[in-house]
Amino acid sequence: MSTIGVVTFPGSLDDRDARTAIEAAGAKSVGLWHADADLHGVDAVVLPGGFSYGDYLRCGAIARFAPIMERVIESAQAGMPVLGICNGFQILCESHLLPGALIRNDHRTFLCRDQDLIVENNSTAWTSDYEVGQRITIPLKNGEGGFVADAQTVARLEGEGRVVFRYADVNPNGSVNEIAGITNERGNVVGLMPHPEHAISDLTGPGTDGLGFFTSVLKVLV
Amino acid sequence: MVRVIVDVMPKPEILDPQGKAVLGALPRLGFGGVSDVRQGKRFELEVESADDATLAEVTKIAETLLSNPVIEDFTVRVDA
Repeated sequence: MSTIGVVTFPGSLDDRDARTAIEAAGAKSVGLWHADADLHGVDAVVLPGGFSYGDYLRCGAIARFAPIMERVIESAQAGMPVLGICNGFQILCESHLLPGALIRNDHRTFLCRDQDLIVENNSTAWTSDYEVGQRITIPLKNGEGGFVADAQTVARLEGEGRVVFRYADVNPNGSVNEIAGITNERGNVVGLMPHPEHAISDLTGPGTDGLGFFTSVLKVLV
Repeated sequence: MVRVIVDVMPKPEILDPQGKAVLGALPRLGFGGVSDVRQGKRFELEVESADDATLAEVTKIAETLLSNPVIEDFTVRVDA
């Protein structure tokens, strides 16, 4: 059975939900600790949401230098699937595994809502169970979710089809080109601000649109 | 000991919502004549001496950890 690790940093919030989502998709989840020196043999890694190290300095800036991140960066560069959700996305940007950065929402308030997204790329390790153009509803909850990058980087992301998700209807945080999530050249590393792990059950979320992330990656791992 | 100051500021083209919030508060408090506010961070590093090697090291610290070169610029100077 495929195993997917979820890293807990001091201040992580959504590590348990991420593990629940992984199990719901039919994989085994493994808890990883920020100070671990290795990945315990997992096949993929999720960096969950929250406020690692209290968001001190910049969101994700301290977590990027946690001991386990050395292994995550190494493995991601070798092709291992890595998903960064919210704070995890910020950590991936700080690690330079993904380009750009996340800054404070343009309206300056913390936002929590069920957000519609358009799937733009279904050839990544985490999105093959979606259709291009599909509209999905995923909770969004953050204060610093504005995606920014220089014009050249944005043009490159757009040109190479590396925008994976775009916000539908409204731009909730001032992200350039309504970008909600992006991928690296190889398609194994994906980061997004909304929380797919909160959308895996009708009982506790807006639906089950988020489950596809975790079922998609299993196809790559088999 | 010598104090080295690292100032980190959002790049001019990057939106600075915190600066905007401060700017918005000024007229409400009766302060006029301020047309823009940008908010940054100041770091004070205590070092043995401010020789070239140390300043090069501090510059490295500033670009590795204290700032994110994607969205921020920094300056390094010795506290007078």
